[in-house]
Order: sequence, then structure tokens, then C-alpha cells
Amino acid sequence: MSATSAPALIGSSGDSLREAFGRALSGLAETYPHLVVLDADIAGGTGVHHFRKSHPERFLQFGIAEQNMMAAAGGLAAVGMLPVVTTFAVFCLRALEQARLSIAYAKRNVKIVASHPGLDVGPDGGSAQALEDLAAFRAIPGMTVISPADPIEMALATKAVLDFDGPVYMRTGRSPCPRLFGDEHRFEIGKGQILRDGIDATIVACGVEVSRALKAAECLAEEGIYARVVNMPTIKPIDAVLLAKCAEETSAFVTAEDHNIYGGLGGAVAEVLAKTRPAPIEFVGLADRFGESGEPQELAEHCGIGSASIADACRRVIARKMHATTVRAA
Amino acid sequence: MVAAVSLRSTRSTHDPKLMARLAAAAHEIRMLSIAAIYHAGSGHPGGALSVADILAVLYGAEMNVWPKRLDDPDRDRFVLSKGHAAPALYAAGAHFRFCKAEDALTLRKLGSPFQGHPHVADLPWVETSTGSLGQGFSVALGMAMGLKLQKRQARVYTVLGDGELQEGEVWEAAMCAAHHRLDNLIAIIDYNKLQSDDTNASIMSLEPLSAKFSAFGWHVIEIDGHNLDAIVSALEEAFEIAGKPSLILAHTIKGKGVPFMENVPEWHGSVKLTRQQAEDALMALGCSTKDVARFIDVRN
Repeated sequence: MSATSAPALIGSSGDSLREAFGRALSGLAETYPHLVVLDADIAGGTGVHHFRKSHPERFLQFGIAEQNMMAAAGGLAAVGMLPVVTTFAVFCLRALEQARLSIAYAKRNVKIVASHPGLDVGPDGGSAQALEDLAAFRAIPGMTVISPADPIEMALATKAVLDFDGPVYMRTGRSPCPRLFGDEHRFEIGKGQILRDGIDATIVACGVEVSRALKAAECLAEEGIYARVVNMPTIKPIDAVLLAKCAEETSAFVTAEDHNIYGGLGGAVAEVLAKTRPAPIEFVGLADRFGESGEPQELAEHCGIGSASIADACRRVIARKMHATTVRAA
Repeated sequence: MVAAVSLRSTRSTHDPKLMARLAAAAHEIRMLSIAAIYHAGSGHPGGALSVADILAVLYGAEMNVWPKRLDDPDRDRFVLSKGHAAPALYAAGAHFRFCKAEDALTLRKLGSPFQGHPHVADLPWVETSTGSLGQGFSVALGMAMGLKLQKRQARVYTVLGDGELQEGEVWEAAMCAAHHRLDNLIAIIDYNKLQSDDTNASIMSLEPLSAKFSAFGWHVIEIDGHNLDAIVSALEEAFEIAGKPSLILAHTIKGKGVPFMENVPEWHGSVKLTRQQAEDALMALGCSTKDVARFIDVRN
């Protein structure tokens, strides 16, 4: 028999968010002696294979049994450990009620880190593409919800959530992800940043949609439309101060997320603006539909979350803003 | 062949004074549970009465946990996975001075920390929040795992209901505890054979239960869950078991101690007790008239 080399893990190479998370977690293990990583037989997919290798004694295997893993994390936290639960986003939904009762309701300091969110999963298809997780976890009282945009931010967010006392749900990502930030980048839970300024509308984006939002803004600029791009890595608690400032200065919003249009980033932005400074909003996300197989980029375009869709949404929202201004003037 | 379940006791009898104290505790737990459910106007009496003896032994003889040392990381932990038996847990807490009896009688009232199901953020000594079946077992497992990682001697005890075993999460946890050789985890099943709507057998068969847990790698001890000596002995036996978790399959009677509730399906869910029913139940439990008044006429 001839020796055959092991198959490469598809999508595991390069600058994916899960890789950045896995490497950051390994590097932080010495700083957080009570840190334990919980896995449900999918470490190669979530990026925590790095931690398994570097700190096997603190790597806890639960097998393919996410409900038990999620609730057990609550128990580990109860006795003073710092558990990081890792699995795919869709399987976090499977254990949603465990996260609700045994983590959030019990006020446990547990970090739930979900890889493979949204259409970014790609060819595995609709069954594996969690497009509801931000909404579901956002609805749990006391749960902080985070979705970083690039590997640098992912590493910073990993440290920030370990420093933070309270339950957190954080998305990583499967696909190679463009670098948006330099080493000077800062991440603070609850804070967004303006990445590109503009006056006609504000695009608020999280996760993989941030780079698409930047591309959309660039296209729009060629038409003389100046869209502001806000990176909003914390979906809950959302940066209401920054949103108010953008409402003041641009009076129109587009939200962009790799998620159902209901209940995620768009919902969070709309809730704040409706109460503080109502402004027209267009929502870029999956229009209440499931995903399907395909490569992430082509899927994004096909399902209406690519940069062209974001640009279209900007044109629409600016038209609505102009119309509202005209009506008021008349 | 599946190994036969052990009915052996390491010691058949124990200190009579201790046993008398445990019997008194179980009696108090039953009375206070009935009183609390009466005052609340709702609650699950059947499962509270069936688990009373187990709780009396755990808090009265087995666990190293004291009201004044609730922040001791080396304390034993107890998780009531069948959270609907909260009145019995609160009654045990009152008897063993983790809370006051008059406070436990605020069960299910607005503003009371004695929630319908245990909530750790309100009552730290209940150790975790339960009420959704299956989860407490996993939380207890996580605690046992964490204590082992910290190389502590503390043990984790959890009580599950029998109907609770129909939750898939229970079997995830059963597999996981054996895989990780959590011999500091002791699970007790309050096997009263009845669940919310009917008998286990008619809703979803559980048997052969001891064989199932043995096959999952647990050390199984099968006992009469109302025999205090047997409960003490089973816990002693579990203490000696190394390399695997222990399961005590405690055969109990739902509504135990109140004849008109025993094995009568209507008393198994959340019920509203009339004053007469509450008095009858307390009298059946052997309450004196004075005690009945003590429980019924309390004003919150």
C-alpha cells in the first residue's frame, strides 16, 4: 500500500476569522489560567485545533452533543473556570435553550464562539448556514453579541471577550477574509467605528459584510454618492451614540449582515433609531429565506448580500431621504 | 451480560441518632413543601414528596456544604435537575439553615427569590438554575469536570426525575460523564414512575433503566428511595467507586406520605391546594394541629 497524504482541511488555510480566533485563543491560554475550550468534535473547523495542540489538558471533548456541552459550560463557569464553547453557528442554535437557562439566566461567564455563520459556510448548503443566530442570541437577556470583521479584529475581540465578565455569543467565519485593519486597530465591546466617511447615507455592517460595504462605498463614490461605512462588530449592546451621530450627519441608513434581515444587526439599528432619531433604513441580508450551496462570494451576490446589493440599497435609501425632504419642504 | 445491579450495602445500619435526625428532616421537608405549595396557589407536590428522603440524606448526612461556607470552592455541590421539585429543595434549605422557613413560604410570589424553579442568581445556595429538564445533569457534569481540573476533592450530586430521562441531553451527559471518568459525579434518579400526564410506561418507556446506565459505563446502585438507611449506604458505596460516575436508581412513590396523593395522577402536575386539602395533607404527614396552624396560618 502506498502512503497517501492526509487531505487538507478545506478553507482552513489563509486568513479566515476562525484561524485568527484559534491562534489568538492559544496565545492567550497562559494569561487566563482558568480558560478551558469545549469542543464537539469539530476543532479543525472552528480553529481550536491550535488550542488542542498547545493546551491539551484544557481542551475538553464533548463529542457530537452540543446541548450537553453548552449546559456543561455553565457548570464549568459555576466552579470558576472560564469556558469557551466552540462549534458551528447552526449547532449553537441547537443548544440555544441551554445557552439561555444554564448560561445567561444563571449569569455564567461563558463565551460561545460560533464558526461557520451565514452564507459564508458556502457549499455545505442551506442546512448548515445559520442565518438566525444573531437574532436568537440577541433576544437572550444579558447576552452580548459580537461579529468581528477581519482577522486583526477577531484576535482583539477574542482577548476582549475573555476580559469581559458575562455571557457572550461571538461569530467567527469559515472563508478566507480580507484584512481591513492594521496593527493599530482597537476593539472595544459596544463600540463601532467609522471606516470611511460620507454624508449621503451610512452603511452599518458587521462580519464579512464590512469589506463588501467598503467596496460598495467605493463604487458609489464613482457616481458621486458618498456613503459612510461603519463597522459595528458589537451587535448587542449596539453603539447607540455612534448611530445617533450618523443619523445627525447622514440621515439615512443601510444595514448589511450575513443573516436574515429580521432580528440581527438591522433590527438592532432600527430599534435604536426608531426611538432616538428616526431615519429611512434599508436592510441588506437574506430576505427571510434559507441559503443554498455555492461558493461564498457567488452566494452573497445570488442571495442579495453582495457589494452590488449594498450599493443598490444605498441608492434606494438616499432616494427615500430626498423624497422625505421634498415632502416636508412642500 | 450486563452486570447485575448492586443492592449490597456497605453497612446495613447506621447511627440511630443520625437516622432519627434524617427522618425528622424528611418529615419537615414534606410539611414545608405542602405548606409552600398551598400558599403559592400552585406547584408540584407529587415530585416534592417523592424526593424528600433523598434530600434529607444529601443535606443531612452526605454533602460537605454549610450555610456559612457557601463561597468555599471545596464545598460539595447539589443540583436539582428536576427543578419542579423546588419546594422540596427550599424546604431542605430551610431545615438545614440555608434559608429561613418563613422566606421559603414566599414560593412563587412576586419579588420572592424562591422562584417556581430554582434560580441561582436569586439564591446562591441552589448552585444553578434549573427547570428545563436535562440541563441540570449537564451543569452538574460541568461542575464535576471543573472540580477535577482544579484537583479538588469536592463532589457533585444531582437529582433527576424519571420523566426527565426522556430528554436526549441526559444521554449525552451520561455518555460524557463515563467517558471522562467523572467519579466525583453522583446522579440520583427519583424513580417514582409517574410524569406530567401519565405513567412513564404509558408515555415513553424507560426500562431497563439500570441496564441502560450500566451499559453507558456508570456504577449503578438500585435502592428503595424512601429507606433512609439504604440511601445513606448507597451514597457510601458511590463514594468508594473510582474511575466511573455513580447512579443511584431510587425507587420512590410520587406523593409519598400523603395517602390521597400517593400514585394518584392528578397530584403530579402543578396544582392549587385548597385550605382543606393542605390541612388534610399535613395531618396525613403526621402534623399536630399546632403544626398545621404553624404552616397554614403564616402571613407573608
